[in-house]
Amino acid sequence: MLEHYLSLLIRAIFIENMALAFFLGMCTFLAVSKKVDTAVGLGIAVVAVQTITVPVNNLIYQHLLKPGALGWLGLAGTDLTFIGLICYIGVIAAIVQILEMVLDRYVPALYNALGIFLPLITVNCAILGGSLFMVERDYTFAESVVFGFGSGTGWALALVALAGIREKMKYADVPAGLRGLGITFMIAGLMAMAFMAFSGIQL
Amino acid sequence: MSGDSQAKVLGVAFLLCLVCAVLVSAAAVGLSSRQERNKIEDKRKNILQAAGLYAADRPIEAQFGKIHARIVDLQTGEFTDRFDAATFDSRAAARDPATRQPIPAERDLAAIKARSRYMDVYLVMDDGRLQQVILPVHGKGLWSTMYGFVALGADLTTVTGFAFYEHGETPGLGGEIDNPAWKKQWPGKKVYDESGRPRIEVLKGLVDQGSANAVYQVDGLAGATLTARGVGNLLRYWLGADGYQPFLETLKQEGVRQ
Amino acid sequence: MSNARDVLLDPLFNKNPIGLQILGICSALAVTSKLETVIVMALAVTFVVAGANLSVSLIRRQIPGSIRIIVQITIIATLVIIVDQFLKAYAFAISKQLSVFVGLIITNCIVLGRAEAFAMKNPPGLSVLDGIGNGLGYGLVLLLVAFCRELLGAGKLLGVSLLATTGEGGWYLPNGLMLLPPSAFFIIGLLIWALRTWKTGQVEKEN
Repeated sequence: MLEHYLSLLIRAIFIENMALAFFLGMCTFLAVSKKVDTAVGLGIAVVAVQTITVPVNNLIYQHLLKPGALGWLGLAGTDLTFIGLICYIGVIAAIVQILEMVLDRYVPALYNALGIFLPLITVNCAILGGSLFMVERDYTFAESVVFGFGSGTGWALALVALAGIREKMKYADVPAGLRGLGITFMIAGLMAMAFMAFSGIQL
Repeated sequence: MSGDSQAKVLGVAFLLCLVCAVLVSAAAVGLSSRQERNKIEDKRKNILQAAGLYAADRPIEAQFGKIHARIVDLQTGEFTDRFDAATFDSRAAARDPATRQPIPAERDLAAIKARSRYMDVYLVMDDGRLQQVILPVHGKGLWSTMYGFVALGADLTTVTGFAFYEHGETPGLGGEIDNPAWKKQWPGKKVYDESGRPRIEVLKGLVDQGSANAVYQVDGLAGATLTARGVGNLLRYWLGADGYQPFLETLKQEGVRQ
Repeated sequence: MSNARDVLLDPLFNKNPIGLQILGICSALAVTSKLETVIVMALAVTFVVAGANLSVSLIRRQIPGSIRIIVQITIIATLVIIVDQFLKAYAFAISKQLSVFVGLIITNCIVLGRAEAFAMKNPPGLSVLDGIGNGLGYGLVLLLVAFCRELLGAGKLLGVSLLATTGEGGWYLPNGLMLLPPSAFFIIGLLIWALRTWKTGQVEKEN
């Protein structure tokens, strides 16, 4: 049993890495990875949001939206999956809002460093993508927790790695036109190719 | 920004939800019959294409005349008249507790967790003789569950066609399962070997045409290993002992009862 | 208050959403292996951005600050679902090709980014133009990437074979890397380099 969850965790972090294998959450990924400190902060925020939203969305899917889910209301024939997208995004937006308020109150330095990118976690496709994968694969609640934590951690890992590389790039002689965004794309491309080595591993 | 009173916040939120809900529902309901028609036509077109019988210039209704839809009980391998083949929805049956059969994890090659006990199959008859059997198959790819049809010839082991009609794989990568060049490889491949074991597989890379196993193998897809693996797995599952194999054996022995 | 022409044309080269604003990247990587998919995707995104900008701009004075983001997201989600429904009803084959990626337009940062940065502060007319402009800027980059990837990766454009590949008995050995998503990273990087060599104002400062 533990094996199953462990393999799910490893898969979510490395083999099916949200940022480098599925290319989700790219905008924030490329924009926030300039300094390792900010990257770590955002990474932790994403892990927190993902670990909470995927299980919560799982509950909503299993008990409200899935075909047959509304049996407890006597409406077993209803299939509400078509409003799934709005529901999941709504939950994500609410949780990010709460996180924002918590950070503003208790860790204002991080709140200021993250700036606009904190509310942009809401539309980070990696977060919505995580919930959509959970629906697609019909995970149980426990699996959702593991998957949420794993996929968030994988994304954060890729982000911090990229930030580390970019900090070193300051000492490199990058052509003017490539400086900043351009070279970041190149680096991300190389990282993505490196992570392709993981694809196809079966645990 | 003028007074953000509680009442105003609630009012705006409520009004917005109402308007959006009406617009979305109107679109969904108003277009649903057209969408349904598209889906049914598409499904029929795909059945015809899987069997290599599709002609773009004639209406689908007419072409579907040679094809008989029947329901099969996967557990017994026999035809059954318990459901009306014309209206049977195998996906709904896979969720309906009365017909749903969960698949134990170690046998769930296609990663679909459960399937319906009954499936719709399509028999192409010509002059009372069976020409092809078209079987619906589905399984997990990379992003989505892929739904398709595999068509077997009268010997019930040679593939005459294979096509997916619904999937959410990456356009250009896993989505190449729709590429005619890749699909062309399937007719002529054999599913079972002489001892009746399912041998069909999708390789990672290209098939060595000289090898003895080539008749059971199909080229992989560049950059789409997981999708390709999903294809191989779902075929192994559905054409194996847990899928249509009992039905195919019965069919071989008894022929088609009308 | 910018004039209409600037609003429409700026996002093409001066303030390209992908090249400068760093928005809308995810889909740029995943759906650019074929030109046909990109054209539909770009049209869908342009429609959604323009529509969302219009709607948000129309009610911008009525939106309470505390629920601003969620209101924008709801409007965007509604538009995307409607686009999806229409695609399924009238362009079934293409909607099958785009599948999950149409839904991911909701999280396409361009849409929310422009609604927040522009539509909240500008009148409807200009907002629509800004939406169309950004949609076009996004589409332009996507078209260029898909052009390279489909041509060099499969020898085709819009499904029409231009470079006969060895798989079809021709001479061209397709560049396998072009079929994989990381190639989009490299191509966009090169495009940015070219863009910033042309418009040196966009070059980032050393720090």
